[in-house]
Amino acid sequence: MSPLTMNGPLVRRMLVGFLQDEIWKVGAKRAVLGLSGGIDSALVCHLAAEALGPENVHAICMPYTSSNPESEAHARLVAGASGVHFSVVPITPMVDAYFDQFPDADPMRRGNKMARERMTILFDHSALHGALVLGTSNKTELLLGYGTLYGDMASALNPIGDLYKTQVWQLSEEVGVPRPVIEKQPSADLWAGQTDEQELGFSYREVDQLLFRMVDQRATADELVAAGFRPEFISTVYQKVQNSHFKRRLPVIAKLSNRTIDRDFRYSRDWGK
Amino acid sequence: MQDCTAALIQLKPRLGQVAANLALIREQVERTIEQGAELAVLPELALTGYFLKDLAPEVALSLDSPELTSLRQLSSRISIVAGFVEVTPDFQFYNSAAWFEDGELRHLHRKVYLPTYGLFDEQRYLGRGDRFRAFDTRFGRMGLLICEDMWHLSAPYLLAMDGATTLVCLSSSPGRGVDGVELGSAAAWRTLTTATARFLTCRVLYVNRVGYEDGVGFWGGSHAVTPSGEIAGAAPEFDEALTFVRLAAADLRRERITSPLLRDENLCVTQRELERINRERSR
Repeated sequence: MSPLTMNGPLVRRMLVGFLQDEIWKVGAKRAVLGLSGGIDSALVCHLAAEALGPENVHAICMPYTSSNPESEAHARLVAGASGVHFSVVPITPMVDAYFDQFPDADPMRRGNKMARERMTILFDHSALHGALVLGTSNKTELLLGYGTLYGDMASALNPIGDLYKTQVWQLSEEVGVPRPVIEKQPSADLWAGQTDEQELGFSYREVDQLLFRMVDQRATADELVAAGFRPEFISTVYQKVQNSHFKRRLPVIAKLSNRTIDRDFRYSRDWGK
Repeated sequence: MQDCTAALIQLKPRLGQVAANLALIREQVERTIEQGAELAVLPELALTGYFLKDLAPEVALSLDSPELTSLRQLSSRISIVAGFVEVTPDFQFYNSAAWFEDGELRHLHRKVYLPTYGLFDEQRYLGRGDRFRAFDTRFGRMGLLICEDMWHLSAPYLLAMDGATTLVCLSSSPGRGVDGVELGSAAAWRTLTTATARFLTCRVLYVNRVGYEDGVGFWGGSHAVTPSGEIAGAAPEFDEALTFVRLAAADLRRERITSPLLRDENLCVTQRELERINRERSR
């Protein structure tokens, strides 16, 4: 059995409890999330429907003109299976209006802009519905920095940020995410035929095994080599984690006073809740 | 020694909301009185919540504060043990537990072992207690431990040597470790409480909180362990609950006859060897 294999029912219970407790105690009862058609948001959608009741969950699909039509179809499938409110808000008009001014923008700029456009829509719907925005980034992509800062990485609460992609697959089976969504190739869907694993240069299952040993078990480089990981692979992944660390932190504040926010002014986010 | 019905009160404090938590505690204690309990045990930091950080001094209570006075007065009807942040007259702050009985403060324990590793950061914000002392109550001689205290073998050992027959452990234990049949932290705790009870032929009352703080879920699972190391009653994991357990002197008597481990424990050997070790270490 892989060391990443989890007690599915236990994890499900802890994550459903997390969503209920953290949402209800701030006086909210609803959640909003972007449903991409991929497995991460599908899993969060199912967990939120179970935690809050599907009538309290608003899932929004936000396709761009180049998005694979299959993505929207899969998003609909997930919304149908979980019973949540579903709407489609295309982002093509806003994104194109912006890039008309910057026609030479490369795919990375365009991809980041799309992710941030979606974020503004989710937070606007948060205000519309009195709902909290749920994050859908998993631990693998958070560690590798495979996400857009203030884009898909932005949320109020993230139930799956401590689950590796491999574990997202496992838990998705547990909660009944539709099969086509579980089985398809993960993709950021920024251009036709793009897949995460092609872009990253390794498979999720492979990197999850490495990250688990490196991060969770604090294995040394020597131990990782002895466990059969190639030194170049270890160093590539370590660099990715290190170089993306800024994405996992608040902006750096220049210290002047005796109590600087987040350094010596320290309170839990749930302060008073 | 008098038999007793103890209530393990597994609740969900609100972080930094002392007034709300006091009201919740009073309400739950009233319920346990109605149901015939004579001892009400509440979790570590039940009056304040756990991940306080810089809030610690803001929610700290002096022993003569109205909040603790209110629990002290309530203890004329039922013995109460509860955790809070204590502030002393010279402004030291502790993770403390008070045992109130017959309208009086019977015992105060300040957490000695403050975990400061992994997700814990207690020693940054709080002072360390410096003693483990058993004390007499209506229900026999007791020893109080706060969470991490129990992970240090010497702590329950000292309390048992000091004559405690019941070890009461107040906890705010985060749930983590999801790769096994049982939750990792829950399994570890149950191993600890049952083994400790068996080694020392003491009862153990373990009371943990529930609820989430900043994504950390406290797992509950409060339980009572007999002096033979069996779990005699347990609350569910993750949900608020009141669990009633009967503590009978006869069970303790039986176990201490069957397993006279404490009778045979040689304090002189332990003390002599500890003194030697300490001498050699400080060379």
